[in-house]
Amino acid sequence: MAEIDNYHAVLLQLLLVIGLAATMLGLSVLVGRAGRRNAIKDSAYECGMLPIGDSQPRFSVKFYLVAMLFVLFDIEVVFMYPWAVVFRDLVAQNAMVFWGMLSFVGILTVAYVYALKKGALRWDN
Amino acid sequence: MDWLSFTLITTLIKIVGLCFVAILGLVSYTVYAERRVSAIIQDRVGPNRVGLPLTLLGFKKDVSFLGLFQPLADGIKFILKEDFTPAHVKKFYFWLAPALCLVPALLTCAVLPFGSSITIPWNGSERTIPLVIANLNVGPLFVFAIASLGVYGIVLAGWSSNSKYPFFGSVRSTSQMISYEISLGLSLVPVLLVMGELNLVTISQQQSEHGWNLLPYSLRDGFDLNRWLLLIPLGLAFVTFVIAMFAETNRLPFDLPECETELVGGYHTEYSSMKFALFFMGEYAAMIVGSGITVTLFLGGWSLPLGLDNYLPKGTVWVGLLHTAVFFSKLIAFLIFFIWVRWTLPRFRYDQLMRLGWIWMFEICLANVLLTAGILWYIS
Repeated sequence: MAEIDNYHAVLLQLLLVIGLAATMLGLSVLVGRAGRRNAIKDSAYECGMLPIGDSQPRFSVKFYLVAMLFVLFDIEVVFMYPWAVVFRDLVAQNAMVFWGMLSFVGILTVAYVYALKKGALRWDN
Repeated sequence: MDWLSFTLITTLIKIVGLCFVAILGLVSYTVYAERRVSAIIQDRVGPNRVGLPLTLLGFKKDVSFLGLFQPLADGIKFILKEDFTPAHVKKFYFWLAPALCLVPALLTCAVLPFGSSITIPWNGSERTIPLVIANLNVGPLFVFAIASLGVYGIVLAGWSSNSKYPFFGSVRSTSQMISYEISLGLSLVPVLLVMGELNLVTISQQQSEHGWNLLPYSLRDGFDLNRWLLLIPLGLAFVTFVIAMFAETNRLPFDLPECETELVGGYHTEYSSMKFALFFMGEYAAMIVGSGITVTLFLGGWSLPLGLDNYLPKGTVWVGLLHTAVFFSKLIAFLIFFIWVRWTLPRFRYDQLMRLGWIWMFEICLANVLLTAGILWYIS
């Protein structure tokens, strides 16, 4: 029998959870009674009115901007994690570990202020 | 039997017990509690009828048990409803999306330490079972990595539905979730700075010995001014973490993705029967696991307050069960807080939501990280 270490346990749980989701979807197909279809039932639901216009309408370009800024700042957060874990041990010996992160955050703050001034984060206009 | 199969058996028991019994059970009863508590808040009665249908067996009266069988009735209804897939959707992704919503939410509970440990005799020797499914040394990173996969479920649901309102709902939801993920990640950094640790089991253990992060006092260690000084950034981190978690799980006051007055039902408008139920369960499971993470990081996880665990024998069965009970009591208290907030606060407007996330939360969290680092430097 295979050894179960921590990542095997995660894999085992993944398989069980996928199995659960698949079973539930399958069970509903088997047990749920299929009704008669018609054109109205198959149409997109818009509060009971007949659908108007394009079903995938245009949306604001701001959402793309948010996605790009997210990538930028989320990477910043990820870089902070290893620093945070070792900080307490290192700062007693050398204060450079504090100034190093401060300068890193400072550079990203410039980018943040630029995005703010450009209005990339304004949604009320 | 050898040691290898022992770990396999205990892991299976833990997965089934935590994931399928505890969390899915809590999901159904959180839905019930949500309906009952909202009814109390709004001076209504709420679901109070469903109980044992004794009239079917020829008795005169049904027994209603305060409606406690309501989740069971809901589950049966979800399964028996017509499994309808509209003709205009992209079939494969339409089916994939609900599963993609549920699976990450249930997978994140793998790193939650829901108790200390239990030592039982096995095959003539003593074996210790840690009460966590996977003791990973990257706990919070694992949670973020897996939980953020849930966004794909919402994106695919909105896009594959091929319909206006689900599409708008999913676009809104995605941008909201990724915006608050930054604050969520940042507000956790102060805890890591103070604990110097990414392993949730060790974080719980340390808090059980030295007092919780939000109640830094233990009877054994006595009063420590430095830890009370650190309470300022940790308290701020707790508040921002909870707010970001409300936004991540799409709960009111951040439930714009599915605000009924504008978007019908948001990204799951076109879904019905079990596929809708999977979205629902995924949402509530994410809420429960999120509460579990908050409890573990800030409120001591499974530990008793004031370092009382130092005086209890380690590893015995009843202490392990006591710790599990403590963990779930804290979790349930937090879930009631979730429900309370939902039925108390009104919804934000979208520009307010974005301004709160990107300007207030982001700046406060970033300043808080530097404040924590400064305090730690000062007291080192």
